[in-house]
Amino acid sequence: MALLLKGGRVVDPAADLDIIADVIIRDGCIVEIGPDLTIPKGETVECAEKIILPGLVDVHTHLREPGREDEETIRTGTRAAAHGGFTAVCAMPNTEPVADEGAAIRFLVDRAERDGVVRVYPIGAITARQEGRALAEAGDMVSEGAVAFSDDGHGVQDAGMMRLAMDYIKRFGVPIVSHCEDAGLVGKGVVNEGVVSTRLGMAGWPAAGEEIMVARDIRLAELTGCRLHLAHLSTAGSVELVRVAKAKGIPVTCEVTPHHLFLTEDDIDLDYRTELKMNPPLRTAADAAALLAGLADGTVDCIATDHAPHAPHEKALEFELAPFGTTGLETALSLVVTELVSRRRATWGDVASWMCHNPRVALGLPPVSLAPGQVADITIVDPEARVDVTADWFESGSRNSAFMGRKLLGRATEVLVGGYFALRNGKVVA
Amino acid sequence: MTLSSKHIITMDDLTPDDITHILDTAESFAEISQRRIKKLPTLRGRTVVNLFLEPSTRTRTSFEIAAKRLSADGINFSASASATVKGESLRDTAATLAAMACDLVVIRHKYAGSPRMLMDVMDCSIVNGGDGMHQHPTQALLDLYTMRQRLGRLEGLTVGIVGDISHSRVAGSLIPALRMVGARPIVIAPATLLPARPDVLGAEVAYDLDEVLGELDVAYMLRIQMERADGMPFPSVREYARFYGMNSARLGRLPAKSIVMHPGPMNRGVEISQDVADSDRSLVLEQVESGVAVRMAIMYLLLGGADSGAAA
Repeated sequence: MALLLKGGRVVDPAADLDIIADVIIRDGCIVEIGPDLTIPKGETVECAEKIILPGLVDVHTHLREPGREDEETIRTGTRAAAHGGFTAVCAMPNTEPVADEGAAIRFLVDRAERDGVVRVYPIGAITARQEGRALAEAGDMVSEGAVAFSDDGHGVQDAGMMRLAMDYIKRFGVPIVSHCEDAGLVGKGVVNEGVVSTRLGMAGWPAAGEEIMVARDIRLAELTGCRLHLAHLSTAGSVELVRVAKAKGIPVTCEVTPHHLFLTEDDIDLDYRTELKMNPPLRTAADAAALLAGLADGTVDCIATDHAPHAPHEKALEFELAPFGTTGLETALSLVVTELVSRRRATWGDVASWMCHNPRVALGLPPVSLAPGQVADITIVDPEARVDVTADWFESGSRNSAFMGRKLLGRATEVLVGGYFALRNGKVVA
Repeated sequence: MTLSSKHIITMDDLTPDDITHILDTAESFAEISQRRIKKLPTLRGRTVVNLFLEPSTRTRTSFEIAAKRLSADGINFSASASATVKGESLRDTAATLAAMACDLVVIRHKYAGSPRMLMDVMDCSIVNGGDGMHQHPTQALLDLYTMRQRLGRLEGLTVGIVGDISHSRVAGSLIPALRMVGARPIVIAPATLLPARPDVLGAEVAYDLDEVLGELDVAYMLRIQMERADGMPFPSVREYARFYGMNSARLGRLPAKSIVMHPGPMNRGVEISQDVADSDRSLVLEQVESGVAVRMAIMYLLLGGADSGAAA
């Protein structure tokens, strides 16, 4: 079956493309890109005024299955991903039980095959049960499809343990994704240490609690030669450390989240909204500006959501008791369009770099590109579509969005995974 | 005249005029406590719930007595007896109370922001009786009252708040309260006991108590809240007492009319020595006494006093 994407603006910096053109897809692959194309039979998708991007990927998603299917499943999580314009997600291993062995990775791969609407790449735990005490079976997990390793959620506290993991894992050629949080400095911190922790009377989570681990892991990557990807960086100091490391040629990449880019600690006020409780916490406006500057100059490689679904009765608890995290898959692209593209602070090429190519390079995922012969993983965006972020907007199993109530501009209308629709006319397919 | 807010959750809910109005009203109620029959019919038929989800004796008792002296029906809903130990959420507890139609809820809870949560499910007035490490506005108001009674003014006073500022909801309310009335708060502690940004609350910072002793009109001593600390915030109690404890030698170096205050409970021998605690410069018991009058004033003003009583 053939598919013709008609008259869209085809943007892909990897293929050096930014033209109004037609795209023909056959047998799951792109076969031709050019003006005034026709197909003898098959379907035509009208793409005038739309942007055709290589498929977006979220390298930091919590699918919660197995263990917390009340919050999210592979089914609902990948539906949310398609709805938000993603053709693939990387699933973090802090499920119940933790994905720390080959069988757990195999479960995820098989379940995603059956239930997934988009591609799912599993990330395995660095240490058994993410306890930081002994290596998990990395080789076993790589054999079953793990693309990276992470103790996301709290990080590996002991430097010797992290060094051991990097030394062991480097032979598999996959990166370690580091959650940078020094438990001793962070303690019971729930909001950024500074103005907000003081004003709201809650324990502070200092910027140094992240930066010390960023510095440590960069130094360990230099020592071991293991590839390092730094998750959800939130401070200006972290960006500066990465800038210096990259200049020295150390194999490090990093991501930032939409909530750290577009929200600050000042959004947390006397209403104590638990939707704004994240780990790492929302930082200052100066930090957010530094993250954006980092994206602009290439220090920060990509945007990742840290999509963290939580049960409503848990987010309804007191701020200090509520779990950390916001959902992100279904607002990330619209936020980037609203805050950056529509205000001319970023181009569509930047969007493709930050949300498609750079994250795939960082995690070593199969490349995706808008060129003949490439697999048809494609995201089509209506840049003028209006999005009301209300409870009705979400396909995710959870509604804990830090952006609830926002009115946004731009959304994915079609998502193609291997030539098949995962999203069509804004609706998730199947 | 009533207050500008239906609730007292933080000092932000009050204006300087509100504060003056509360203190003036408290002055008239203080006299009631001197009578043989200590009761007014003002809040007859009104229901005041003390929702105390954290152990407290003095604050709960103070609110309870205040409610009784105004003839309100006071109900205690405390942690040990409450549903919260059965795993009920604060929201459900509040919704349950709301269904029983109370007029005012005083909440004391271990977590910051909890009084604000009640606003989502209850229509009645809410008074913060202390939320986590955040605020304790009625304590600040009774402290202002006590200072004004003894020193005759609030404007221009220099108040040194000494000790565990970082865990102190008392300081969290007292510092902005002092600023609102034109006084000058200085927090005095080692940095391990200070919040990250005392300046945003409006306080100056001093590490050395002895250096500022001579400037203080009020030395306000705080208890070290070991139960909230993440490890020992100083090497030893002995060393803390040596550098930050109020003792007779330091009392002697305070200006002649200066006073010593403490929100209680005191740890004698730590932040305050036995002789200072019991001296006539210590206003600890006056604070307790003021607490009842100030809380009567707050309940009276929030519930519209005699006016709404007559309407009902």
